[in-house]
Amino acid sequence: MNNWANFTKGFIKENPVFVLLLGMCPTLGTTTSAINGAGMGLATAFVLIMSNLVISSVKNFIPDKVRIPAFIVIIASFVTIVDLLMNAYLPALHEQLGLFIPLIVVNCIVLGRAESFASKNGVWASIVDGLGMGLGFTFALVLLGGAREILGSGSIFNYKFIGDNDGMLVFILAPGAFIALGYIIAIINKFKKA
Amino acid sequence: MAKKLESTFINMVIVLTIVSLVAAYSLASVFNITKEPIAKAALNKKLQAIEQVIAPKDLKTNKVLPTAIDYDNDPFKDMYKLPAYDGLDTLEIYPAKKGDKVVAYAVKSMTMMGFSGLIEVMVGFKTDGTIITYSVLKHAETPGLGTKMATWFNNEAKPARCVDGKNPKTTKMAVSKDGGDIDAITAATISSRAFLDAIDRAYKTLEKGGKYE
Repeated sequence: MNNWANFTKGFIKENPVFVLLLGMCPTLGTTTSAINGAGMGLATAFVLIMSNLVISSVKNFIPDKVRIPAFIVIIASFVTIVDLLMNAYLPALHEQLGLFIPLIVVNCIVLGRAESFASKNGVWASIVDGLGMGLGFTFALVLLGGAREILGSGSIFNYKFIGDNDGMLVFILAPGAFIALGYIIAIINKFKKA
Repeated sequence: MAKKLESTFINMVIVLTIVSLVAAYSLASVFNITKEPIAKAALNKKLQAIEQVIAPKDLKTNKVLPTAIDYDNDPFKDMYKLPAYDGLDTLEIYPAKKGDKVVAYAVKSMTMMGFSGLIEVMVGFKTDGTIITYSVLKHAETPGLGTKMATWFNNEAKPARCVDGKNPKTTKMAVSKDGGDIDAITAATISSRAFLDAIDRAYKTLEKGGKYE
């Protein structure tokens, strides 16, 4: 697989959210606005790239039977680093995303890519894969967050275009996340078949 | 390509130990680097909140509002604690002074009645108990509903829901549904109740401490 195909597969063909349906918990939980979605997506992308990089470069020194605990320690370290850095330099966003940052550790995408891609491929290919998957995840979260923000609070990237209290509240709350995600997946499937 | 390490007991123990040590070392170094900025960010937020509730600025134009109280001490340094009137917690009081005379108080108040528990609010009071304004420090309310409290209760254009410039002595700090004088946030009565409870707690605590003139 060439690098370009490897990079672009994360956007539509193997999009972690819309096609692989991995990492649903942060996807549904944090996408109350486009900004939150972008923040969560970029934090996850950073962890994905770094863990893919490290795991693909040390894969030959890790015995098969203990690879999962070793991968998890590596991933958890990067997540904690992101958590501390965001707390220090982006306190407002950190407060918004709150609990979901530590939960990147258990995001299936990160361990899934480590297990199915980084542990079998070279360093460069793994970085490209992490970048593609991470940006694909970000793209999905911004799309979902944007849709929910437009319908729910009548604004986009905090720019308000309708008055107070005119949004459809349900889209800000948890049920709206499922409804919006369902419709987006349906639309994507329609276009993929055509 | 180099051959993969075999899964012998010794190999596994050594590899896991090394992985853990490297992880621990890198986490400790990042923690040391970020320790100061994190503490600074938290402190800054508090200092800004104190200034905002005693000498409020218009958040858009950054101009000092006419309700601002003139003071020349550092309220943060003069902080003392008072037990809340109902004994629920100890509140931090930041007195603003002009010369030796106290001209206003910033009170860090809290409530546990929020839709998701704890809410912390910084409230500014004049010495007669009139509310200058407030600033929400910490909450976990529902986005789009309870989160509106940051701007809902200080909108001067809507006097029925504004707490700024009102004195809890004459205005009952409760939502109109409960017989109070403040209009609740649409579809977020619980968050509104909690918010007003925090304001009320700040007022009554100062009252019990005999801080009004």
